[in-house]
Amino acid sequence: MNMIEVPLHAVAHARAGDKGNRSNISVIPYLADAFALLVEQVTEERMLAVFAHKGATAVKRYVLPKLPAMNFVIDNALEGGVNSSLGLDGHGKALSFLVLGEIKVRVPVDCIPAGSPYREARANGER
Amino acid sequence: MSKVHIGCGAGFAGDRFDAAVPIVAALANVKGERFLIYEVLAERTLAIAQRLKRENPDQGYSPFLDIYLPLVLADCHRHGIRIVTNMGAANPLGAARRVHALARGLGIRGLKVAAVTGDDLLATLSEHDIRREPIIEGIALDDRPIVAANAYLGARPVADALATGAHVVLVGRTTDAALSLGPLMHVHGWQAGDLDFLAQGTACGHLLECGAQVSGAYFPDPGFKDVPDFDRVGFPIAEVEADGSLVITKPPGTGGLVSRATVIEQLLYEVHDPHNYLTPDVVLDIGDVEVMEVGANRVGVSGARGKAPPSTLKATVCVDAGWLGEGEISYAGPNALARAELAASVVRARCRAIGIGEPVRVEVLGSGAIFDSNGRARRPPSASAAEEYRVRAAVRSANRKVAQQVSDEVLSLYCSGPAGGAGVRQHVSPQVSTASILIDRKRVKAQVALVEET
Repeated sequence: MNMIEVPLHAVAHARAGDKGNRSNISVIPYLADAFALLVEQVTEERMLAVFAHKGATAVKRYVLPKLPAMNFVIDNALEGGVNSSLGLDGHGKALSFLVLGEIKVRVPVDCIPAGSPYREARANGER
Repeated sequence: MSKVHIGCGAGFAGDRFDAAVPIVAALANVKGERFLIYEVLAERTLAIAQRLKRENPDQGYSPFLDIYLPLVLADCHRHGIRIVTNMGAANPLGAARRVHALARGLGIRGLKVAAVTGDDLLATLSEHDIRREPIIEGIALDDRPIVAANAYLGARPVADALATGAHVVLVGRTTDAALSLGPLMHVHGWQAGDLDFLAQGTACGHLLECGAQVSGAYFPDPGFKDVPDFDRVGFPIAEVEADGSLVITKPPGTGGLVSRATVIEQLLYEVHDPHNYLTPDVVLDIGDVEVMEVGANRVGVSGARGKAPPSTLKATVCVDAGWLGEGEISYAGPNALARAELAASVVRARCRAIGIGEPVRVEVLGSGAIFDSNGRARRPPSASAAEEYRVRAAVRSANRKVAQQVSDEVLSLYCSGPAGGAGVRQHVSPQVSTASILIDRKRVKAQVALVEET
């Protein structure tokens, strides 16, 4: 199978929520066929690395195959959250897109939804 | 025919003011028991409400009550749609009296209004007692004065309030899900031991509590997740049967989208362990939940499992946290990034020179700074094609003067900063910090009162 490297944004969507200094970020594949590859590649370690600069200390991943989706809970990801962060986004609501942009995955092109700009960019590149 | 319809008109204080109008029109056309809920109480909101109540004992309910309810009260009463909301905030009894006054102004007769109280721990416990409870989340309380302390009540008191025949039920702090689960317990007769029913009802409440976040809002990503007629996004309606069957939909004629993807995003929103979502009514396990599209903009949600609830309730304690001072200024056009970075370095140097001891964050927005930490940038900023950057400085201080001083250092860049600085905005605002504690549920007594017209 011909595998390509793309940002997670090409194959999944995500939503971030906060409680105190903890962030939770769901990662949901557009196509269920991509789920197993995402479970394999989007690990707790890689997620923790994305938040290292914020001082995150631990990541717990919950795998929900029936949806399918993963839920990541990231401890101390929010510099105190709305209680004490000096940043614009104390809730960390934009962090879902940090994850979608920073984490790269290797998938068959079939895991990218038809009509996705990532597929079109690839098709144009090959021409 | 025991299908219950629940529409959600607001997912936070400040949500779209007229969102409930199409919901009321849709609910007017269906049979059975119908409810309209509004969720307007974030963690900090109660502290602000508590302060207002101290200044005036008639106040302390949500200021959004006067914005949301006059638009729907008459139609809801005419069509038998009952309203359940946490607009009671720090003063559910005062809110109930205000609803009577609004009803009078609208010519509505015979409105029954109930209030649920008992969440306010400051009314029943000493500050000393509150400080002794273990903190599970948030800041240390130290000796800072407590502004508000409220336990999260469950759905039982909401159901009891509806059992009085009230057309409008005003609560203060309850779980957001209780606004939906209360009506379902009331109509379907679900009891404390019906754990899987309570779990389905809690999942329903969780999906509705953020308003349009389940029906296409907070979702669009153009080219990837497109939502039709998004400016007219319809707020959600849940249909729930006595056996817990649940469908999420939205009013006909509205924009937005209810799909597997919109529902799954919201199902996991602000959830930590999906197998143990703790509420006062039930511990919800969504591990086996299945989400299925059953029609156009109709999504079925099944398989929520319940376990017995914990013996403690979560309570939020709010303390005064001083001031946040912010200032912003923009740089655009050729060499804008260099000018913005020079401006940022000037603000940093000036804050040191005038003796600001608190940590000051100075960042260049437009270079991905929203993802940075207070101390560290993720990567060096690169000049963007747009060539527009905004310098932002922020500080937290117990002292209002310090907050203002840092903000003013940005203001001074108008004349004393790099070339072309433009569009300064300043913001100095009082802050509240929160801690979550656990409290034995036996120490919290919810009460229901029908509030008479005065």
